[in-house]
Amino acid sequence: MRKFLLVCALFLAALAPLPAAAALQVDVTQGNAQPLPIAIPDMISADPSQAQLGANIAGVIRADLDRSGLFKSIDPRAFVEHINNINVAPTFASWRAINAQGLVAGQVTLQPDGRLKVEFRLWDVFGESQMLGQQFFTQPENWRRVAHLVSDAIYERITGEKGYFDTRIVFISESGPALKRIKRLAVMDEDGANPIFLTRGDYLVLTPRFNPTAQMIAYMSYIATKPHVYLFDLETGRQEELGNFPNMTFSPRFSPDGNRVALTLENGGNSDIYVMDLRSRAVQRLTTDPAIDSAPSFSPDGRQITFESDRGGTKQIYVMNADGSGQRRISFGAGENGTPVWSPRGDLIAFTKQQGSHFTIGVMRTDGSGERMITNAYHDEGPTWAPNGRVLMFTREASNNRGSQIYSVDVTGRNELRVMTPGDASDPAWSPLIQ
Amino acid sequence: MKTFSSTLKFAALSAALLLGACTHKQEAVNTAPPPAAPPPAPMAAPVTSSIMPGSVQDFKVNVGDTVHFALNQYNIEDNDKGTLSKQAAWLARYPSVRLTVEGHADERGTREYNLALGARRANAVKEALVAQGVAAGRLETVSYGKERPICTESSEDCWSQNRRGVSVIVGGANS
Repeated sequence: MRKFLLVCALFLAALAPLPAAAALQVDVTQGNAQPLPIAIPDMISADPSQAQLGANIAGVIRADLDRSGLFKSIDPRAFVEHINNINVAPTFASWRAINAQGLVAGQVTLQPDGRLKVEFRLWDVFGESQMLGQQFFTQPENWRRVAHLVSDAIYERITGEKGYFDTRIVFISESGPALKRIKRLAVMDEDGANPIFLTRGDYLVLTPRFNPTAQMIAYMSYIATKPHVYLFDLETGRQEELGNFPNMTFSPRFSPDGNRVALTLENGGNSDIYVMDLRSRAVQRLTTDPAIDSAPSFSPDGRQITFESDRGGTKQIYVMNADGSGQRRISFGAGENGTPVWSPRGDLIAFTKQQGSHFTIGVMRTDGSGERMITNAYHDEGPTWAPNGRVLMFTREASNNRGSQIYSVDVTGRNELRVMTPGDASDPAWSPLIQ
Repeated sequence: MKTFSSTLKFAALSAALLLGACTHKQEAVNTAPPPAAPPPAPMAAPVTSSIMPGSVQDFKVNVGDTVHFALNQYNIEDNDKGTLSKQAAWLARYPSVRLTVEGHADERGTREYNLALGARRANAVKEALVAQGVAAGRLETVSYGKERPICTESSEDCWSQNRRGVSVIVGGANS
């Protein structure tokens, strides 16, 4: 199952003296207000048999950066200069002429040992300086992954924020008519490439979530008489029931260190939040209220948990310490609010707001202030954060059970895009950056 | 992938189960149209076509396997108490029968909240049956949240049909 091979990155020596400060930068907090024009020619190759690979890699980088909404790749047909040696500085004037502010010149080389070398330099066209130079070595079949690594490097160098392109999404693939819906556990790359189905669809599966190494998935399965939380090990393909609970367990989420799973246990019709230590298998009960307490999500420092509860009469968002103490309501806006998910940056909680039959995604600060809705459709629910805390994915359901799709949106509410999946899909969960 | 045929089998089985759940909804609280009259028996049908007492079919047709709930609620409605009394009486008559009570929610709730809500509803049906003398050990519960609708429109009529508790015989019935 595991097919990520080691990729090593080396920094290429700069060809030109670095300026005192790079002029080329993007403020990610503004969303896609003014995408930065960037030229990314097909990567060159000394060997014509590698030319297609060079074009494919550049194509993935262009698509990644365009999808972020922060960049606008320039149509290669507009290029004036043809790059034929990445180790000499480009003719900056010919890139300024097409208003490129950044230029990515890259080269692919098949090494004698069968590995692929991918090297690139990022140029500040107006500052006439090299901003970044790196090379990667990997197996040729990993070319997409290298392209995402290059995208992440460019994104980070220009925005000052970590990228999120070398990540995966675990989700539920849906097929069949509304009354006979078939749901399968699946993973894919962040851009929708390389989808892999992990279950066959002969039993219902829901709400998968990655652990911090993206090697383990916690999810809910109806494979046995009672639905329970299971763990799926991507490396071995092994599935195991998490714990030995007599009743339904659901709504799992890993702690940021990966050593614990918070989940909901139903007992006699009442749902409460528990946390299990994965090494000792010790279980600690965190809520005891006779109302529904569910959907726990850890803060990135692991010290707090946000969750949903209807103890106040309607479903609202609460925060507690990771030992269950200090439970307090934080959502006081309109409607009912649930599925809280703590941002990996720690600054915001994303959630689903329900007003009548209308469901939208919003964010609020962790004390409940500053509530802001970032989507508007018939039914959006279940947000998940990109590891840099700048982008969210969520499930969008059409009315009349006409199916679900996964969408992404910038935390500013801009740049809403459908994530391409094989057929209908729901319950996305974003992996951390792959290590 | 290679699982296509098993997927088809699964779909066919679900269809059969859902048909069973839909066809005999006699005690609906909403204004759903009345069940269609059964088609006339073919002339050549055997005379002994009646439903066998103590069978799954007997339970569904002559007792009623479904009760309904108000939005976000899980208390048993007054007009469903008769159905649960009939279920308890029937279970007293057929003491080897075992049930799983399914709790379901409509689409107007998030996935995880609806799983919890469905558990509340399934448990409410179970408790009502136990209160009328059914041994708790004969009753299991399972929540499907909003995952198993029987009606697909985004309308109050459909939602009220989907908010339901269904008593499903899992063993011990005559066949």
